[in-house]
Amino acid sequence: MTSPSSYSQVVLITGALAGIGRATALAFAEAGAKVVISGRRPEAGAKLADEIRALGTEAEFIQADVSEEEDVRRLVDGVVARFGRLDVAVNSAGFEGKPGPIIELTPESYAAVFDTNVLGVLLSLKHELRVMAEQKSGSIINLSSTFGRIGGPNVALYVASKHAVEGLTKSAALEGAPLGIRVNVVAPGPVETEMLARLAGSVAGKEKFAQGVPLKRLGRPEEIAAAIVFVASPQASFISGASIPVNGGKAAL
Amino acid sequence: MSTTTITQKLTGKVALVTGGARGIGAAIVKRLAADGASVAFTYTKSADAAAAIVKGIEKAGGQGLAIQADASDAAAAQNAVEQTVREFGRLDILVNNAGTAIPKAFEEATIEELDTILNLNIRGVFVTTQAALKHLGAGGRIINIGSAVGERASAPGLAPYAATKGAVKMFTQGLAREIGSRGITVNNVQPGSTDTDLNPASGDWAVPQIANTALGRYGKPEEIAAMVAFVASPEAAYITGANLTVDGGTNA
Repeated sequence: MTSPSSYSQVVLITGALAGIGRATALAFAEAGAKVVISGRRPEAGAKLADEIRALGTEAEFIQADVSEEEDVRRLVDGVVARFGRLDVAVNSAGFEGKPGPIIELTPESYAAVFDTNVLGVLLSLKHELRVMAEQKSGSIINLSSTFGRIGGPNVALYVASKHAVEGLTKSAALEGAPLGIRVNVVAPGPVETEMLARLAGSVAGKEKFAQGVPLKRLGRPEEIAAAIVFVASPQASFISGASIPVNGGKAAL
Repeated sequence: MSTTTITQKLTGKVALVTGGARGIGAAIVKRLAADGASVAFTYTKSADAAAAIVKGIEKAGGQGLAIQADASDAAAAQNAVEQTVREFGRLDILVNNAGTAIPKAFEEATIEELDTILNLNIRGVFVTTQAALKHLGAGGRIINIGSAVGERASAPGLAPYAATKGAVKMFTQGLAREIGSRGITVNNVQPGSTDTDLNPASGDWAVPQIANTALGRYGKPEEIAAMVAFVASPEAAYITGANLTVDGGTNA
């Protein structure tokens, strides 16, 4: 039986320079995929590309801001120009917003979160689907969150944006299916990343996140990456329009 | 570059699969064994099929054990758990797969038929899980086989079945919360229309079900087994209380 975790596919990861995106890029590299990483910081990008090449596979960094359509078009076309195809896309670029109550939010707060988390995913889907439709194959994973299905105080925009990602994914799955494209969500709970550290605000805050989870610990970025690699793989051939939670039981409550 | 293969992910682990001689259960048994687990499984009538599966596992160098037990019979289910532990020394993974559907208009269902699906699909899961919890430790896995129909009522004639699978979904969530701190994960794999004797892709009920999927086809039992194998693996340690839908986009 072929291993689900080793295949010579071409994988694009947005938001690859930190946290879950970064762990995912490394996991795909370990599995033998050709990896294109994207983010906004060229130095960090070049460094991660080197790290990936050191694992023995081909890698490319293409700078892009996912909220800018021309960046996204150039990014996706750049993957195809470099490697000839796009088999897997992981839309991991996200922003948590500044924690605070709804009565303090502004249209600017909305744009700051929704431009990356929703418009960014929409534009990524648009161009990834465009390329994959010509191939008649592909697998796209959007990163949502436990906040894509439950609420939380002081993070209303993040919650709303992740609920939007779940909805976009379902529609994209229905549109992509006749074209041989699967589209799914992986929805992490609290994971040991810089984003969580910013949301938590303190070590005590992080501990509170951990205690709020039945498994009583934070997730590791590698654990989210493993779920993404599985969902992207041919092993998951019957999975589409699904939301795979990896959250230590947090959204089971 | 490392080339991790799947075959050793469950080495040293012991699994018990209820209803493992046919259909999705058989695919799960074979896949867990291929991944390195010693696998016990229950069956009711399919003794020949069960023996063939054990033979296949042993031929490939693994360990299998077929136990005749009706999962809706509490004593038999408890004995199956105990026999697994006696034979293999431990229990790490329980897959509550035994289940059935009796598709028909609700008003035509007999009380006996309603009791049958309640006893197998819900009570059997409760009893077997309770028996297994005596032996599961940190790293343990309880994997229920629910259904996509436990979340969305996508086909007529399945209301009682859907009710039992909705019960499996909520039992999964409640139990995950209760035992999470013991390091045991509890998850629910929700297959959509899958090609088995219970619901053949060539059968009378198939056409509307295929139309409901986004991918335009039934699933294969191996595709359900792949999700079960992933959840059973050490990589999936942070997945608990999850309802994992493998349905070709039916519920999207």
